[in-house]
Amino acid sequence: MITVERLSKTYGSFRAVDDVSFACRPGSVTGFLGPNGAGKTTTMRIIAGLTPATSGTATIGGHHYHDVPNPGTQIGILLDASAQHAGRTGREVLTLGALAMGLPSRRVDEMLERVSLAPDESRRRIRNYSLGMRQRLGIAHALLGDPRILILDEPANGLDPAGIHWMRGLLRDYADQGGTVLLSSHLLHEVEVIADELLVIGQGRIVARGTKAELLRNAGTFVKALDQGALQRALREAGIEAVTSGDAGLRTEASPADVGRAAAAAGVALEELRAADGAGLEEMFLQLTADTQREERAAAEPVLEGVPA
Amino acid sequence: MSYPGMNALTIAPPAPPVPVDTAAPPVPMTRLVRVELRKLVDTRAGFWLVVSMGLIAAVITGAMLVFADAEDLSYATFFGMMNIPTGVLLPVLAILLVTSEWSQRTGLVTFTLEPRRSRVITAKLLTSLVAAAGAILVSFVLGAVGTVLAGLLRDGGGSWNLSATEVGYASMGQLIALLQGFGFGMLIMSSAAAIVLIFALPSAWAIVGSVVPWLHDHVQPWADLQFALGPYQGGGGVDGSSWAHLGSAVAIWVVLPLAGGLWRLLRSEIK
Ligand SMILES: Nc1ncnc2c1ncn2[C@@H]1O[C@H](COP(=O)(O)OP(=O)(O)O)[C@@H](O)[C@H]1O
Ligand SMILES: [Mg+2]
Repeated sequence: MITVERLSKTYGSFRAVDDVSFACRPGSVTGFLGPNGAGKTTTMRIIAGLTPATSGTATIGGHHYHDVPNPGTQIGILLDASAQHAGRTGREVLTLGALAMGLPSRRVDEMLERVSLAPDESRRRIRNYSLGMRQRLGIAHALLGDPRILILDEPANGLDPAGIHWMRGLLRDYADQGGTVLLSSHLLHEVEVIADELLVIGQGRIVARGTKAELLRNAGTFVKALDQGALQRALREAGIEAVTSGDAGLRTEASPADVGRAAAAAGVALEELRAADGAGLEEMFLQLTADTQREERAAAEPVLEGVPA
Repeated sequence: MSYPGMNALTIAPPAPPVPVDTAAPPVPMTRLVRVELRKLVDTRAGFWLVVSMGLIAAVITGAMLVFADAEDLSYATFFGMMNIPTGVLLPVLAILLVTSEWSQRTGLVTFTLEPRRSRVITAKLLTSLVAAAGAILVSFVLGAVGTVLAGLLRDGGGSWNLSATEVGYASMGQLIALLQGFGFGMLIMSSAAAIVLIFALPSAWAIVGSVVPWLHDHVQPWADLQFALGPYQGGGGVDGSSWAHLGSAVAIWVVLPLAGGLWRLLRSEIK
């Protein structure tokens, strides 16, 4: 159980984390989603006691991270897979971790196997690792002490699709056995397949939260007419606000029924009318975080995927 | 534009918390020291730094056997000569022990596995003391080997005249250099900058002192560490004022950096 209450962190006058509150429950994977610079890493570093909070609290099972004895065996943390000595081998990094946590050295081999790092790969120096291999090593390190709680910052970064699929299975099993997982990502599709609950952050503030289904429910309606202009007029007359969406359609928060009635009343022939789906979630994510975008975005294009980590 | 849950400050009903076991045994200091000792030699840079300390001592022994005057080949001179490279390398080792956590960013892992930073620092300090003890031991052993060989190979060489005072002073000098490196490492948190400064600053200061006579006479004796350590190296006279000068210089060059470094390290953000 990770509990964050009214957490804020300012650097000078800049609020990197702004009044953030959330809780991660055992048995579930919480996805912490936001564009670059939203404050995900800062929040996680505060939870792990590496960065002091300006105000608010972050506790794990009711305790501050500092007060957890031998924390590696209770809370597995991966903050930056590249933050390792480039001259050490992967195996050596895990060996040092096992030594610090007081674990038998066979744990190292077990974890290497669990994350599919081959014996010869484990003996290479980390400077020769790809980002995906570093992520696997970082996940192995987080799992080393068999903790009940996992905090992973952008763990899918650099993993290939098969790797993401693998991680999804791993975290699913972990949560199903009662583990608590908080993982961050700046890519919606990465986190939506893994997470049970989503926590969307933009410019340091939580802008939406809930299960994927909850976020999608009432996510609005997608509607497309042969005569787009007529449809726009019809909706405006009915007092329904709509924005242009991806493929030459409109998206609105009104229900499909209301949109259908408004179109029928104005005699506009519809080509498509449906509840906004996954694309709606993508669009919502973009909307919610639009202010933090560094790049001009074309309407509803999943530009976040193009933003480098 | 608003979305469901957008402003919801209420969170899901609290589930039974996963108990974090605060009664679990903490990471004992012995284990932290073992980890740090291992980190000292498990990279090429660290490994060769440690090995080079032994190699340099061996080279010095050999060179002295060949080139030095026979009457100079005593246990005391062997031991004293070996302390010179050690005195340079030990502070570097202490600096790297601290700064590598930042330069290589391993601190992210180190300080999450033991979040009580003062304990990590203590472990590193103990580790560097173990390294210093090892270096002094190597000086003893190689010095003895050199002395034996000098007695066999060189007429009139090989006297065993090393006094406890000499050993004590030499060890004290090593300890001071080591702690200075440790303090600079914590304060500066960058390997290159700390190594440059620990050698450049005292030299610059010595040069300034040598050109300004007033500084040389009134300030330098109290504020120049090499100057203050002088009486303890030559086996010359050590008196009350030597100790006073040393105390003052150590306070400036060792205690202040250590205190400032500790203050900084305990508060800083680990990135
Ligand atoms: N030490 C710091 N000083 C100033 N600004 C910082 C510092 N650390 C982070 N920030 C800023 O805080 C914001 C949040 O950063 P971060 O938590 O790393 O975002 P994310 O992980 O979501 O990409 C960024 O704008 C970043 O530049
Ligand atoms: Mg980040």
